[in-house]
Amino acid sequence: MITLAQPRPPTAPGAAFGQLVRNEARLAWRQPTSLIGGLALPTVLLVVFSLIPTFRQPQASLGGFSPLDLYVPILIGFSLAMLALFGLPIPLVSYRELRVLRRLSTTPVPPSWLLAAQGVVQLSVALAGIAGILAAGAALGTPAPASPGGFALAVVLSIAGLFPLGLLIAAVARTANGASVIGRLVLIPMLFFAGLWWPRELMPAVLRDVSDYVPLGAAVEAIQDSMRGPFPPAAPLLVLTGYAVLFGFLATHFFRWE
Amino acid sequence: MKTYTSAVEIDHLRKTYGTLVAVDDVSVSVAEGEIFGILGPNGAGKTTAIECAIGLREPDAGTVRLLGLDPRADQAEIHQIVGVQLQASAFPAKLRVGEILDMYRSFYRHPADVSELTGALGLAGKHGDFYRSLSGGQRQRLSVALALIGRPRLAFLDEMTTGLDPQARRDAWELIERVRAGGVGRQGQHVLVTGTGDLVNAVILALAAAGVTARDVQLGAPDLEDAFVALTGQDLSDMDNDKEGALA
Repeated sequence: MITLAQPRPPTAPGAAFGQLVRNEARLAWRQPTSLIGGLALPTVLLVVFSLIPTFRQPQASLGGFSPLDLYVPILIGFSLAMLALFGLPIPLVSYRELRVLRRLSTTPVPPSWLLAAQGVVQLSVALAGIAGILAAGAALGTPAPASPGGFALAVVLSIAGLFPLGLLIAAVARTANGASVIGRLVLIPMLFFAGLWWPRELMPAVLRDVSDYVPLGAAVEAIQDSMRGPFPPAAPLLVLTGYAVLFGFLATHFFRWE
Repeated sequence: MKTYTSAVEIDHLRKTYGTLVAVDDVSVSVAEGEIFGILGPNGAGKTTAIECAIGLREPDAGTVRLLGLDPRADQAEIHQIVGVQLQASAFPAKLRVGEILDMYRSFYRHPADVSELTGALGLAGKHGDFYRSLSGGQRQRLSVALALIGRPRLAFLDEMTTGLDPQARRDAWELIERVRAGGVGRQGQHVLVTGTGDLVNAVILALAAAGVTARDVQLGAPDLEDAFVALTGQDLSDMDNDKEGALA
């Protein structure tokens, strides 16, 4: 006869959220899409660009900066875009597909906690990615952010503008594959306007005007300005705030737990 | 302390999806310590009935009381004391069995001991295995373990033996007997409501309800239909288009 009736001490409050975060972190390690796209790839790209001799020479057409200097904020934007468009939505959509969220809603833990845990993990990778890019940049001689406070604000608003876009993708995609397709369709034009192939400084005025209003373009502009100047101007910060509100509203409106 | 007379009290439950009537005027009363089975062919509304019972869906009409509580109004308490196994729910492929169990354990105030639970369910050596490497039967047993890990006073197991081979089904039914006897989880507090989608399950369920242990049932024999009719007094062909009859 098996007896399993003896009472056990109750688990500590807050332990449940810690367990959710721990398991999401384990999954992020075992399926390293976020770690590759958000941390490894942008850092490696910066190092690769530094091997191109002309990339390290300051140029008058770039406001006295070298192309490598400009790629620091562009690659930070790249990292945030990879996390917002793939790292955040794909696990959430697959949890809905697998009915993980539905199963969770029959336990004392609401499924929104899993979303929050996923947010914590992606945010941690984002911060690690930014640290990695800045460290690689420092090692390669690019200047540190001139305005640390402005830089922090630009990063926070960039995350606030881009992550809800990922939640919106999670809201409208029915399958993980669908989310991945939408992510790729959004990523390519965003990266273009962020200046990955053609830095914003060299864009014709009309493209640059568009770039100002593309979420990732505004993010790169705000981060770039904070790296050079005393404080980023209000325009890109307001654009990012606007996207945070818009995407946040749409995502909460359309998100389905099952 | 108890202010309720039966563990599950469902009164005139009705649920429709558009023009489809999934559950029509179903009333169920389950006493404490009872194993209760809901029978019916696919599409009869068993899952909908269970989902309404546990508060996942709002019924169009009728009332549900679990241990005296309203599953929608008293959600927080219901989630602590009612364990659920849902049809077709899965877990991330790259989580390990032990990690899933530890996570679910942390959700409850008075959880069961993980190793004792997995021992009882034949998953003792599987803690380090990835979810994706588990067989269908092992996944099903993990799902049962997770339904019981909060030491619930009431467990709903939807389609718990669907997709299992005959041996695994027998094991599952022995397990349910053991749960009722207080061998797994909380002593003598369990009631089990279980939905079942296919004929063989239905017959075993009927036999179990009639006091015949699962061990004695010969599986896959052609006379199962006869056994079913004898036990329920209902012809199987009657059930196909008769949702109410199937559920009652």
